[in-house]
Amino acid sequence: MIWPHRSQPLWYAFVLHRVSGVALALFLPVHFYVLSFALRQPERLDGFLRWTDLGIVKAAEFGLVFLLGVHMFGGLRLMALEWLPWSPRQKTFAASAAAAAFLISVTFFLNAA
Amino acid sequence: MPTDSSFLDVDVWRSGAESFQNFQVPARDSQTVLDVVTWIQQHADPTLSYRFACRVGMCGSCAMMVNGKPRWTCRTHVKKVAKRGRIEIAPLRNLQVIKDLATDMSDFFDKWVAAEGVFHPTKTREDEIEAIRPDTPERISADAAVECINCGVCYAACDVVAANPAYLGPAALNRAWSLVNDLRDGALAERLEAVSHDGGCHNCHSHQSCAAYCPNSLNPTASIAGLKRETVKAAFRRGR
Ligand code: SF4
Ligand code: SF4
Ligand code: FES
Repeated sequence: MIWPHRSQPLWYAFVLHRVSGVALALFLPVHFYVLSFALRQPERLDGFLRWTDLGIVKAAEFGLVFLLGVHMFGGLRLMALEWLPWSPRQKTFAASAAAAAFLISVTFFLNAA
Repeated sequence: MPTDSSFLDVDVWRSGAESFQNFQVPARDSQTVLDVVTWIQQHADPTLSYRFACRVGMCGSCAMMVNGKPRWTCRTHVKKVAKRGRIEIAPLRNLQVIKDLATDMSDFFDKWVAAEGVFHPTKTREDEIEAIRPDTPERISADAAVECINCGVCYAACDVVAANPAYLGPAALNRAWSLVNDLRDGALAERLEAVSHDGGCHNCHSHQSCAAYCPNSLNPTASIAGLKRETVKAAFRRGR
């Protein structure tokens, strides 16, 4: 439940980091499973790759790249927060992490489309 | 039922009934949330319990949840927080309620002690007074953390305190950090040990909700990040 006291930007950054982390943890096993087709059943991989040409799957991939980007950049922000001298610009860094992830995923989407 | 703009529509938590009770309180030009609670207690219901002392933002005893956010009520203007003339006032989150709006702060202060928030002097009154330069990095860090009024606002804002009752919380850890940076203190190792236990600094998720609401603009998250670094350095020094 989003209580009023949670409505501050860095709490949303925390939730985004947590949700993207869980989503990636669920996705990665599937990802490696599909990659294993390349070694053992190349024809199944080809079939799978044709399926990924579908528009809806492309959109889902855009989402995944965004999650990956936002988790990576957000994670870098957190590591810097904990290990480097304190910077008061955490909201700017969090917004930049989300913007960079969005930029990368849109570029990916436009290249793939 | 806000009908008349000369009245505020105020819901106040009553612990006996375990529900909010509505009061219509005369609106004033310059009025704090504490003024509203005081008006209710003096004019509408003398059995309403709440706590305050200084009324000027010094003592830290008047904090409550105002429209769901932790606030020091004596310095919170109604104009800043009322939504279309409505205010909801509840006891501070994450603490036991004694009655109505008064919470039991024992856990909060016990955790200050558990975090070694106590000064351990290294000199006696016979010694020369130690000169502390204001421009050293340690003193600058200590100064940034030192103006805490123990109001518990950060403690109420912290989701980790809500999820893990053993967590020492932002204020106690912030206090520990100001003492870690106090050159006159002689218990550095004990303090770093105390803040590395189960409920210690490594539980913090860095949401900065504590910093977002601290009425004195302190940043416990920054202090806790400092403790995380120092405790890890200490662990390496011990060769673990
Ligand atoms: S930053 Fe740490 S202490 Fe502050 S609210 Fe979040 S978990 Fe609590
Ligand atoms: S750190 Fe700020 S919010 Fe927390 S107890 Fe001290 S003054 Fe209050
Ligand atoms: S009454 Fe002292 S800080 Fe509010």
